[in-house]
Amino acid sequence: MDLLNALVAILNFVVIPAASYGAQLALGALGVTLIYGILRFSNFAHGDTMAFGAAMVILITWGLQALGIGLGPLPTALLALPFGIALSAVFILGTDRAVYRFYRRKRSAPIILVMASVGVMFIMNGLTRLIIGVDEIRFDDGARFVFTVRDFRDWTGLSEGLSLRVSQLITLVVTALACWGLFRFLNRSRAGKAMRAYSDNEDLALLSGIDPERVVRLTWLIATALAVTAGTLYGLDKSFKVFNYFQILLPIFAASIVGGLGNPLGAVAGGFIVAFSEVAVTYPWKKIATYLGFEPQGLLQLLSTEYKFAVSFVILIVVLLFRPTGLLRGKSV
Amino acid sequence: MAEPYLSATAMRGGYGKADILNGCTLTVDKGQIAVIVGPNGAGKSTAMKAVFGMLALREGRVTLAGEDITGLTPQERVRKGMGFVPQTHNIFPTMTVEENLEMGAYIRQDDFTGTLEQVYDLFPAVADKRKQNAGELSGGQRQQVAVGRALMTRPSLLMLDEPTAGVSPIVMDELFDRIIEVARTGISILMVEQNARQALEIADIGYVLVQGANRYTDSGQALLADPEVRRTFLGG
Repeated sequence: MDLLNALVAILNFVVIPAASYGAQLALGALGVTLIYGILRFSNFAHGDTMAFGAAMVILITWGLQALGIGLGPLPTALLALPFGIALSAVFILGTDRAVYRFYRRKRSAPIILVMASVGVMFIMNGLTRLIIGVDEIRFDDGARFVFTVRDFRDWTGLSEGLSLRVSQLITLVVTALACWGLFRFLNRSRAGKAMRAYSDNEDLALLSGIDPERVVRLTWLIATALAVTAGTLYGLDKSFKVFNYFQILLPIFAASIVGGLGNPLGAVAGGFIVAFSEVAVTYPWKKIATYLGFEPQGLLQLLSTEYKFAVSFVILIVVLLFRPTGLLRGKSV
Repeated sequence: MAEPYLSATAMRGGYGKADILNGCTLTVDKGQIAVIVGPNGAGKSTAMKAVFGMLALREGRVTLAGEDITGLTPQERVRKGMGFVPQTHNIFPTMTVEENLEMGAYIRQDDFTGTLEQVYDLFPAVADKRKQNAGELSGGQRQQVAVGRALMTRPSLLMLDEPTAGVSPIVMDELFDRIIEVARTGISILMVEQNARQALEIADIGYVLVQGANRYTDSGQALLADPEVRRTFLGG
């Protein structure tokens, strides 16, 4: 019985939260890794693309709510998501036209593009704050739980409870669908293969008649769609606050580097590795140890949650020191 | 006399101020194998790049099937029927052999499965590995994929920049055999080779370049028999 209780506790406090957080990181890291593979720079504005997109989704959600349109038990934000993606894509393609294309034509060094993206990041951050404000916003309407701790206890008779929030389930389902769609696109479609070819060998792709500007546009579109989806899911799960998206950039970069920059499969794996490490290191294991028959003195928490970003840093440094191309062989940084 | 299929005449140009090509002329007839040899730094690869439009010419002109293509970009020349196999970085390493060939046919709107089968017939060794990533193949097989990729557009002129660089002598012989087969189907071949002796043996016409200009031009056999060429360029 205690073993079951320990398992349920691990599931409730570690596995489910880490899985949904990992899914959000994975979606973000996919965008970073695609842009790195095709445009060959690390996009610092990615976190704020998530914030900007989520802000658009929130505005549209409010509009839909005012019109009385909803999805019943599901959050209205899901309905607003495609519109949010479209608006953000227009903005991001605009930044490419106004900023990145200039440096691309000049064949500037990647570090120059990185610095340009830092500039875009500040502009987007300021713009998002102007549009929607700096306060914390909750926009998750509909049902809150798929099942609650109480439901679970009643069903099973265990003393330990397990809950699954709607936002967590949606995160996992949407991420699975997005990954499935993305990998199918990259592996099966002509345009997806052209993107991979361009990422592999730019000059040979040119010789083969692949239009680089088309590939670049497509990459921005996909990366933006993934970023806005990730940003919305993160906001639904944890509430929306512009500054949080700036902070989440670090674990997202860590995830894409751990998985191997430029390697989409690696980005997904990296997202979950970072999320599980972060949650496992900051979770107090006392309860579970007690179920397993130990009598721990302290909380068994390796690191307090304020320092969770240190986990990303440590993972990043270890990977860069010992396996700079990442776990699944991306490009070396 | 009819104009040769490819004719690049009196090419002059380089990357910076100093010219690398100093009046170099190359011509290839239909189904011919033309080989460019010469010492290091003679401008062999540069001459080939100039023919393909990767180098802006100061003087001279390039015609293909009688049409002046001097002003065209490499991509436009591919559409005109040129295929180019770079010396290095000539495959998509994380894509499968089949995907590499598909990318070769990217500009084709029609059904290219027939060409795919022809390439597999030509290179049975890579046909067995069509689902494997090209980056995992041996050096010789990679070169076969690279040549196959260029053949997917059904070019009328195939240009090869040192196709046998870094492969074993056995693989080299096999590659040369395949190149002869390609030429027999009516495709003209222009290639740069380090292994001058072996390459001249299969050459219908050989160009010995020195300092960006033609030093000797003759059939491959004649160049091999020329004591002067042998002494200076073929090591006796």
